[in-house]
Amino acid sequence: MSSEDESGDVGNRGGELAGPRPEERPDPQGRRNKHGVRIDPAVEAEQETRTAVVSALVEHEPGVLAKVSGLFSRRQFNIESLTVGPTTVDGHARITLVVEETDAGIDQVKKQVAKLRPVIQVGELDDHAVQAELVVLKVRGDEPDKVHAITQMYEGQTLDAGPRTITVQITGEQHKIDDAIDAFRQFGIIEIARTGQTALARGDTPTTPGEEPGHAKESGESDDEEPERVETGTYDD
Amino acid sequence: MSESAPRRADPDEADAEESSTEATADDARTEPETEEKRVQTGAQSVVTALENAGAETLFGIQGGAIMPVYDAVFDSPLRHVMMAHEQGAAHAADAFGVVSGTPGVCLATSGPGATNLVTGIADASMDSDPVVALTGQVPTEFVGNDAFQETDTTGITAPITKTNYFADRADTVGDVVGEAFAYSASGRPGPTLVDLPKDVTQAETTREPGEATTPDTHRPRTDADAESVRAAARTLERADKPVILAGGGVLKGEASEELRAFARRYEIPVATSMPAVGTFPEDDDLAMEMVGMHGTGYANMATTHCDVMLAVGTRFDDRLTGGVETFAPDAEVLHVDIDPAEISKNVHADVPLIGDAGTVLEQLDDELGSETGMDADAIADGYREWREQCREWKAEYPMDYATPDDEPLKPQFVVEALDEATGDDTIVTTGVGQHQMWAVQYWTYTRPRTWVSSHGLGTMGYGLPAAIGARFAAEDDQQVVCFEGDGSFLMTIQELSVAVREDLDITVAVLNNEYIGMVRQWQDAFYDGRHSASEYSWCPEFEPLAEAFGAQGYTVEDYDEVADTVAAALAYDGPSVIDFRIDPAANVYPMVPSGGDNGKFALSEDQL
Repeated sequence: MSSEDESGDVGNRGGELAGPRPEERPDPQGRRNKHGVRIDPAVEAEQETRTAVVSALVEHEPGVLAKVSGLFSRRQFNIESLTVGPTTVDGHARITLVVEETDAGIDQVKKQVAKLRPVIQVGELDDHAVQAELVVLKVRGDEPDKVHAITQMYEGQTLDAGPRTITVQITGEQHKIDDAIDAFRQFGIIEIARTGQTALARGDTPTTPGEEPGHAKESGESDDEEPERVETGTYDD
Repeated sequence: MSESAPRRADPDEADAEESSTEATADDARTEPETEEKRVQTGAQSVVTALENAGAETLFGIQGGAIMPVYDAVFDSPLRHVMMAHEQGAAHAADAFGVVSGTPGVCLATSGPGATNLVTGIADASMDSDPVVALTGQVPTEFVGNDAFQETDTTGITAPITKTNYFADRADTVGDVVGEAFAYSASGRPGPTLVDLPKDVTQAETTREPGEATTPDTHRPRTDADAESVRAAARTLERADKPVILAGGGVLKGEASEELRAFARRYEIPVATSMPAVGTFPEDDDLAMEMVGMHGTGYANMATTHCDVMLAVGTRFDDRLTGGVETFAPDAEVLHVDIDPAEISKNVHADVPLIGDAGTVLEQLDDELGSETGMDADAIADGYREWREQCREWKAEYPMDYATPDDEPLKPQFVVEALDEATGDDTIVTTGVGQHQMWAVQYWTYTRPRTWVSSHGLGTMGYGLPAAIGARFAAEDDQQVVCFEGDGSFLMTIQELSVAVREDLDITVAVLNNEYIGMVRQWQDAFYDGRHSASEYSWCPEFEPLAEAFGAQGYTVEDYDEVADTVAAALAYDGPSVIDFRIDPAANVYPMVPSGGDNGKFALSEDQL
């Protein structure tokens, strides 16, 4: 092909292939950022992270939580909390994940979780969603009246009160829990246990796309008992 | 499925002779009595499920916890190949899957058997190869107690399998194995694993496994949504400098024909990732061949300077992209993939096309020109200058080497000699290292499923066990050539005993430079030539070693011995090993340093 190629014995004579050197080659105009997105001056800024609440409906089989949490650690997703519990459908569970990632990262989180075999559906909840967390915290019992007052301010409950310690529970949105914990610090917090956030979409919106309220898609039999248990949800049909 | 199905109901030709007594065979089919159910234990259910699912060949190693399954295999028409090491079993199953397109099956016992499979499973996972791994496990009541030869196999393999299962009941174990088989090959293929506790496989059950089906939660899309196809077609019509980047998904999706038709109709240059080698014929005018770290200069120029990239079934591995900042920086990326998670994972997709590779290419073909009224020729005409540019690059950056008489053998010459001496449908397997790169660069691949290598994991020692697996999947008249390096070959050389025992017609070409050559090349380039632990001067003589295994051995040091020895080794009916003493200073170029700019590939060490 090349004009000087007469003997078929060109190039690589000193371990070198023929062709223009790197600096002699043309340069393309563009660049991408580290997320592989072509850089427009308009969107050149590095992506900011944001907090996303992701809900995954899964088959409740042994090891499913390990599969999801293992996925998060090996793919280096930045996870804030992860909660899991059964739904009204036999054999199904809901995992609620709170992640702090860029938009691209959140997109990957959703797709990678959806890829796991036991995962039925994955959805991301908007800011409008109903979110709650429970915290149990134990403080010193020196000032029971003041502890009680704060517990009431945060609509909490006293679970245990003794001469040395008082244990209360608070439920609610994450910022409320954070505020409550701050308020209890004055008494000296001895121990604390938080569940992590759990959440459902508000109103008629299904929490994961295509999710139907209260019953599995192809299990007719269990339909009868489901409606009663739906009381905890936002559906009442 | 029928409970009275005769034991050998499969259509395998191997069984054809048996039906010389056709009447008896028919009787067995019509009379439900022949009774004695096929399935009496969990293990028999496992084997029946494999037969029903279409498995043919099993690669494995015996052991305590897997013994019940092996006992059931003993009565089965399934062919079992006893390997020398479980890693070999996994690689053989992997290569079987690559060559045949149906899952290869490997078996191992619990504990060390299972952990020895891990490298091969991880390799299959990185390359999306269909593999089913069956592992023995200690009896359920001992699980979790650190029993003898116990490991948490499902825990260990969770990150390297498409999915895995812990079989807990004899009644359902067959269904689970069937599902593992079907799921392995469906959508984006990958390895699956079933862990089989000994009490489950030993337990009595008469329940026949049902038809092998994929899990309910698995719903791969076949065709891309119309809006995306439309957007992609408009983008291609607007393009001046389009490139098709074909990935392994073209092979997995059996879309080689559609790829060829599409590329030729619109006359778009085609570059391939390493797993896609063979999906587009490298002797075609449009072929730019392999792109990436050791891809051709012209493929790297074309992909760097294109304005539209139609990427089909590729996951944009870093060995392909180099630094992502400089990868096809001007290109709008149209990404076809059956796995939504690959979309915008490493390189942002301007138009995602989620679906089966062949189907989406046909959709695109239908859509192109549908609004503009342009026919294929008119569209192709728009790319004329670009094609000319690509042709110029092919002339400017030839893959070439010199063969002076006074130097040791050039490895490229050896690869070309074997290519010339063998047919187009010859299957090439390789280990990992410099030899692998010469084998991909200097062999002209024209057919899919003829290039079998360890791409994503880069597993040294892959070549020989892969050649064994490939041999079982290949047609009888297809040749199997394995390229190995001296270091890579030594990692799984024990599998030569299997090739000899099974009398497999395989030719192993060892490109022997007495180095871990790729490491030595990097040490020369990036570590001031400090050859820390890369010299293999203690390498054994491969010719007598091959003979010790019972294989045919050869040694070649000079150019004029190459052709005759290659001819003799290929003619030898059984495993043969040729020890090619190559130039120890030979290096692989072009080369893009890790994370570098593909367009700035080095043609020699001083350009790095």
